[in-house]
Amino acid sequence: MGEIERSGLVGRGGAAFPTAKKLLAVTFQPGRAVVIANGTEGEPASEKDRALLARAPHLVLDGAAVAADLVAAGEAIIVVHRDVRGTVDRALEERRAARIDRTQFRVVTAADRFVAGEASAVVNWVARGKPVPMAKPPRLAERGLGDRPTLVQNVETLANLALIARLGATWYRTLGTSEEPGSMLVTILGAIGTPGVLEVEIGTPVSNLLEQAGGLTGPIQALLVGGYFGRWLPAEVSLRRPFSARGLGIGLGAGLVIALPVSACGVAETARLARYLANESAGQCGPCAFGLPAIANELESLAQGRPTHMAILKRWISEIEGRGACSHPDGVARMIRSALEVFANEVTQHEGGWCTAVDQRRILPTPNGWSS
Amino acid sequence: MHRSGPASHLANPQRLVLVNPVRIRVDRIACDGRGLCAEVLPELIRLDDWGFPIIDQGVIPGHLEAHAEDAVELCPKMALWLAEADRHGPNR
Repeated sequence: MGEIERSGLVGRGGAAFPTAKKLLAVTFQPGRAVVIANGTEGEPASEKDRALLARAPHLVLDGAAVAADLVAAGEAIIVVHRDVRGTVDRALEERRAARIDRTQFRVVTAADRFVAGEASAVVNWVARGKPVPMAKPPRLAERGLGDRPTLVQNVETLANLALIARLGATWYRTLGTSEEPGSMLVTILGAIGTPGVLEVEIGTPVSNLLEQAGGLTGPIQALLVGGYFGRWLPAEVSLRRPFSARGLGIGLGAGLVIALPVSACGVAETARLARYLANESAGQCGPCAFGLPAIANELESLAQGRPTHMAILKRWISEIEGRGACSHPDGVARMIRSALEVFANEVTQHEGGWCTAVDQRRILPTPNGWSS
Repeated sequence: MHRSGPASHLANPQRLVLVNPVRIRVDRIACDGRGLCAEVLPELIRLDDWGFPIIDQGVIPGHLEAHAEDAVELCPKMALWLAEADRHGPNR
């Protein structure tokens, strides 16, 4: 446990919470704990958890076993995207045949929705087949799955935990910065030569990271960093900065980077994203269920150059923040606020009824179905 | 969960001493926007455009504590409670 604290490992699911602290919170609870490895990856643009489970399922399972030992849990439930279910099942068969685990493993196929990856939604899904967040308190560390103390960790976090258990904190800290040690799996999409998942050292210059992904295919205007709950950053300043929370001044979230070409419309892309995220609300909390569709309506008006109530839009964005059982509305507010800043010129054009984009093709992936 | 009223003060006498300032918290899933809380405690609670409460997150001033307890008790969905102000949580 000391080694994990010294490693400085933080969660790779989006919130970047210190892993040692999370483990300790579960350890201190009375009752038999349970570990959930979260590979839900409800974010439609992110592929890193799937890439990890497809290539190194045993590393994740090792990490889940380590976590289970640390919090004295006998059971670990592995929640994975349907694409990698077969790989994880096969890995578990291999382990059972080799009889290497004290931990009892169970695999559950994840629900395919944006909010389904939130920790309490994962517990709700495993317990009741309801992939939506639950009210807090109680915290999951106190009363989660079956009212047991529950540790929910992203699968990439668990893979790092396995490596730290094996090689130590000093080894882990040979990569990354002193404040943000280690490497990170990033999904890089958009105007990029070879879109996909890469492992990068935290602190690598953003331009270098894009080079590793085949380089830019043309000039870009902005980067969406973190996830669909992340933030837009202007291209010119971000490219020279280190890829770290400190360097970019924002959380790295689930490690998503999307390069938006200058030919695209940031306002239209943001409006489409806002609609997708509004449709993905679990619909349980009023401010999110009513606020997000209203915000998406206004953004669509703006995107199409129709009259828009900008003052009301901005008020709604600030009012929904912090008013959900989960942080879905907070993430949407953060993403849209950053878009209104970064695409300020294009917003002004749209208020006048114009769009300066020369290419209306979609850049940000949103799944089809009811939410397209 | 819904701590309020004199009974719980007596059950937990430390509460009588104002060393633990409290703030209002809401279960956003349970809340369905009836709006009684904003009528009872307009000083700290207003409603958004859809009728859901926007709650002042500061410590409840002494002269409003009784009203805050009324708001908690009158909520038809039992969605409000008072919590120690130094405890952070995702709900506001």
